[in-house]
Amino acid sequence: MNIVVCVKYVPDATGDRQFESDNTVDRVGVDGLLSELDEYAVEQALQIKEKAGDDTETVVTALCVGPEKAVDAVRKALQMGADRGIHVVDDAIAGSDAVATSLVLARAVEKAGGETRVDLVVCGMASTDASMSVVPAMLAERLGLPQVTFASVIETQGDQVRVKRDGDSATEVIGATMPLVLSVTDQTGEARYPSFKGIMAAKKKPLDTWSLSDLGVDAGQVGLSVAWSEVQDTTARPPRTAGEIVKDEDGSGATALAEFLAAKKFI
Amino acid sequence: MSEVLVLVDHVDGEVKKPTLELLAIAKRLGEPSAVFIGGAEEAAAAGARLTAFGAEKIYVVDDAEIRGYLVAPKAEALQQLVEKTSPAAVLIVSGFEGKEIAGRLAIKIGSGLITDAVDVQEGPVTTQSVFAGNFTVTAKVTKGTPIITVKPNSATPEESGGAGTVEEFSATISEGAKTAQIVASQPRQASGRPELNEAAIVVSGGRGTGGNFEPIEGLADALGAAVGASRAAVDSGWIPHNFQIGQTGKTVSPQLYIANGISGAIQHRAGMQTSKTIVAVNKDEEAPIFELVDFGVVGDLHTVLPAATEQINKRKG
Repeated sequence: MNIVVCVKYVPDATGDRQFESDNTVDRVGVDGLLSELDEYAVEQALQIKEKAGDDTETVVTALCVGPEKAVDAVRKALQMGADRGIHVVDDAIAGSDAVATSLVLARAVEKAGGETRVDLVVCGMASTDASMSVVPAMLAERLGLPQVTFASVIETQGDQVRVKRDGDSATEVIGATMPLVLSVTDQTGEARYPSFKGIMAAKKKPLDTWSLSDLGVDAGQVGLSVAWSEVQDTTARPPRTAGEIVKDEDGSGATALAEFLAAKKFI
Repeated sequence: MSEVLVLVDHVDGEVKKPTLELLAIAKRLGEPSAVFIGGAEEAAAAGARLTAFGAEKIYVVDDAEIRGYLVAPKAEALQQLVEKTSPAAVLIVSGFEGKEIAGRLAIKIGSGLITDAVDVQEGPVTTQSVFAGNFTVTAKVTKGTPIITVKPNSATPEESGGAGTVEEFSATISEGAKTAQIVASQPRQASGRPELNEAAIVVSGGRGTGGNFEPIEGLADALGAAVGASRAAVDSGWIPHNFQIGQTGKTVSPQLYIANGISGAIQHRAGMQTSKTIVAVNKDEEAPIFELVDFGVVGDLHTVLPAATEQINKRKG
């Protein structure tokens, strides 16, 4: 089986995230890392490989589109256990919207397959920076593949995939036949930490760097200047003013709470 | 004036409140046209409500052929309606399905897409709350027909009354769109409490509940609130995932949010930071949640909440 897992390099959510003067996300001034929600995608890709039990037959490729530093996200996936890494890096990509990103990813998935088709494209449920959750659907659209998305439980049997999807108004079971695009939620189970052995092994794994021209994508189709949507303004939310904090002593906390709610007319 | 397409979110013909909010937003941008994908009987049930809340036109797409497939056929139907009507914008409720339909539609019609808007004004110019609610962003679509997904509670429904002219629209659905099948579907059990992302008050519990949500539910019921939870409580198996508030759960922005036994990690803050008034009850006075609150009680939720609930019920008399 040929599995590609898409990983994004994002600013650390616990850091001081900012925007650049051109209203794009500052991806340099804040420490970055493999998006937490993509770790679940890597984990599920590895579990599907392990379940297949054909260690050399099934290949898990970690694919990342992002600036130079984004290679760290690919490395992390390799340390976790992916077999091969691809980093698509090109100055022209900077500032791309989801539409352009999905184009680059789609071409990269096709190239990653080479002679053999990619059976499974695995994505996280959202990025932790832009958190749009649309790239998996866009990828499926561009690749002409079924999408099986927001999976919280995944079962595979041969080329059949069945997942549980906790939808907006119902819990559903979705079924489809590979090849397909799968996105997984944080409910799929904790992602493994790289072991020391995994970290050492990762150094010897193949890691390709591709540019737009390697993918046959015209630089004029991507980047901030051709984005189909435009951020006009970004404003930091004013910090919340410090509120009143009371210590509960012999029931005083409950009374204070009830009084606060009454004063604010919530009762 | 151009039409503005609003994709109707409904369960068996029962139109959800966020769709009515979209109709109010659509009115700011043009003439609201509701797009109802479902059965004929359901459409009849939904029609009156859509008309009352401002739909000038209602396009009914019979879903006999596409029911049971995930997302893709709906995107195709919308694509064909966009081609027919050349609307000023397409509005969809932000949710798993809504965002995915929007994503596919954007690629199909070559149009820009904005997700999770909390406000949409003439232009259309959207407002979004990003980076765990730490930034407010205004944006607009610069190519094609603006596709905007809007979060629930972003506008007040208006009973403005539209013409509600019904038009059957038969979409041609490709075989390629019918590849991801919904094998089984279990509708969510009604809790009898308000829906989390529509509620004016949310009372939530975390690790500090120790798995006992009775004090949370008691306070919620006294206030007519929805019940929520942190990821820690969900991961412990104390409460189903659809109650989760935060980065990987729901984002809420109620008038009042009461966090109980929740430390306030960034992932949780992402889901509630834009609430108007924030209250917390936590044993640990160092908990980061206290940095956000308008009012906080350092104490054990298992004693504070039941006592407060009793007092609230008394005050209500």
